[in-house]
Amino acid sequence: MTDAAEKNTMSGNTTVPENYINRVTIGARLRQYARSPLSLLLMILVMLAAIFAVGMLVFIIIYILVNGVPHLSAEQFSWKYTTENVSMLPAIINTLLMTAMTLILAVPIGIFAAVYLVEYAKRGNKLVKVIRVTTETLSGIPSIVFGLFGFLMFNISLKWQFSILAGVITLAMMILPLIIRTTEEALLAVPDSYREGSFGLGAGKMRTVFRVILPTAVPGIMSGVILSIGRIVGESAALIFTSGSGHNLPGALIGSGSSAATLTVHMYILSNEGLHTDQAFASAVVLLALTFIINLISDLIERHISKKKG
Amino acid sequence: MQKAIEHIMHALFLICACVSILAVVLICVYLFATGVPAMSEIGFTDFLFGQKWKPSSGYYGIFPMIIGSILVTGIAVLIGVPIGILCAVFMSHYCPAGLYRFVKPAVNLLAGIPSIVYGFFGLMVIVPIMKSIFGGSGKSLLTAGILLGIMILPTVIKTTEASLNAVPKSYYEGALALGATHERSVFFASLPAAKSGILAAIILGVGRAIGETMAVILVAGNQTILPENITSGVRTMTSNIVIEMGYATGLHRDALIATAVVLFVFILIINLCFSVLKRRKD
Repeated sequence: MTDAAEKNTMSGNTTVPENYINRVTIGARLRQYARSPLSLLLMILVMLAAIFAVGMLVFIIIYILVNGVPHLSAEQFSWKYTTENVSMLPAIINTLLMTAMTLILAVPIGIFAAVYLVEYAKRGNKLVKVIRVTTETLSGIPSIVFGLFGFLMFNISLKWQFSILAGVITLAMMILPLIIRTTEEALLAVPDSYREGSFGLGAGKMRTVFRVILPTAVPGIMSGVILSIGRIVGESAALIFTSGSGHNLPGALIGSGSSAATLTVHMYILSNEGLHTDQAFASAVVLLALTFIINLISDLIERHISKKKG
Repeated sequence: MQKAIEHIMHALFLICACVSILAVVLICVYLFATGVPAMSEIGFTDFLFGQKWKPSSGYYGIFPMIIGSILVTGIAVLIGVPIGILCAVFMSHYCPAGLYRFVKPAVNLLAGIPSIVYGFFGLMVIVPIMKSIFGGSGKSLLTAGILLGIMILPTVIKTTEASLNAVPKSYYEGALALGATHERSVFFASLPAAKSGILAAIILGVGRAIGETMAVILVAGNQTILPENITSGVRTMTSNIVIEMGYATGLHRDALIATAVVLFVFILIINLCFSVLKRRKD
C-alpha cells in the first residue's frame, strides 16, 4: 500500500483510484484493531504460530548444518565401516539398496491393487470394502508394530536372522497403502472419455488399462512413489529388529551376514551410544539433504499435475 | 487366447488387491498369537494395571508405560494442535501468494524430516534447555511432549488447511459484509465450519504421537515408573519395545509383544474414531 493511497482514504478524499475500492488500507486495519482487541490478539497469535513453525524448521536445518557440515570428512565416506572411522557410506548404499528393493516389491502390487479397485471392482462389492478397511488399518499402524511383526515372522519363524530382505518386506507392507491410495486418486482423475474412446476403438480391458489409463496416470503414481521413498529413507523403528544393525553392505539376502543398517538406523546407533556425536551430526546432514531432494522432486511433480489440470 | 489373458490379468489384479488383507491378517495373527497367551500367563490385570516392570524378577506391569504414552501424547497435542491450527489459518487466510510458495514447501519439509533427526535435535537442543531450567537430566515427560508437539505440527497443519480451504468462501465474505473484522470472520465463521476436518487433524496427530518411537527414546528418560510430575522421566510403550527387545527372551520377549498388542489396540480405536468421523462427514 502506498502512502498516497493511505492518505487519500484517511482524509476521505474522493479521488481514490478504482482498484483500491475493495482494499483495506493499513490505516483502516489499525483502526479496526483498535476497536476490537480480540481481533488484534488473534492476529498476533496467528503470526506467532506461523513464525514458530517456519522458524523451527529453519532452526533445525541451520543447527544441523552448522554442527554437521564440518564433520563431513572423507573418513566418513570410506568404503568399509570400522569402529574407528564410523563410516556412513555403507549405510547410505544400504539405504539406496533397501529403497530400490522395496519399491520393486511394493509398487507393482500397489498399482495393480489400485487398478482392481478403480477399474475392475463392481460397486458395492463386499470384498472391496474389506480391502479398503484393511488398507486404512495398515496405514495407521505405527512402524514399531511393523518392525516387531517383521522380527517375529521373518527373523524368528522363518529363521532369516537379521536380513535385508526381512526389512524390505516389512517396509513394502508399510508403504503399500500409500501407493494404493495415490494410484487410486490418479486413476480416478483419468477422464472416462479416455476409457470409452479406447473401448470404442475395439481395445480390450487389459489393453485399455496398460496403454491408455496407466500412462495417463503416471504423474500421480510418481508422486505416490516419491512419498514412499521419503518414508523408506526416514524409517528406523521398523528396521532395527528386521534388517538389524549390520554396519557394512549385506553379503546375502537372508541368513548370516545379510544384516544391513540404513542411514537412519546407523544414526540411531550413533546417537544412542553418545560416543560419536559429531558423526551423528554428519549423518543428520546427509539425511536432511536426502529429504530436501525428495521433497523438491515431489513439489515439481505436484506442480506439473496442477498445471495440467489448470 | 485374448480372453484367457484378460482373465489371468483380472485374477492378478484381484490377488494384488488382496495383499493388504493378507498383511493385516498376518500382523494380527503373529502379534496376537504370541501376545495374548503372554498376557494371560502374566494375568490380564497384572499386566495392564501392574505398576512394576521388572522382568528380571518376574514383574510385568505395563501401567506406567501406558500412562507414559498417554501423557506424552497429551502434552504433544496441547502444544502441537493450537499452534498447528493457527498456522493453518495463517496459510489459508493470511499468507500472500508470494510467501505461500515458501511456507508450503517448508511445512512439507517439516513433515519429511526423519524422526531420528528430530530425536537427535531434541537430545542436543531441548534436553540441555530443560536441564538448565528444571535441573535433573533434562530428559522428561515435558521434553518428549514438546518434541512430539513439533513433530505432529505438519500433520495438523496440512489436514486443517485442507479442511479450511474446503469451507465455502461465502461464509467468510458474509461475516465480513456484516461488519466483522478479518479475524472474527475467519475464527467465528470459517473455522467452526471446518471443525470435523480439525477433529480429524487432531486424531491423526494423536496417532502419530502415540506411535512415535525413535525420537521419544532419545529424550524421554525411559524410567519404568509412574511419573511424579511433568519433569520426571517416562517410558512409553513404543520405547519399551525397542529398548528391551534386543536382549529379551522367553516370557520377557512375549510380554514385549503383548505391549505391542496393547499399542495396536490403541491405534485400532483411534483409526475407528477417524473412520467414523470420515463417514459422518460424507
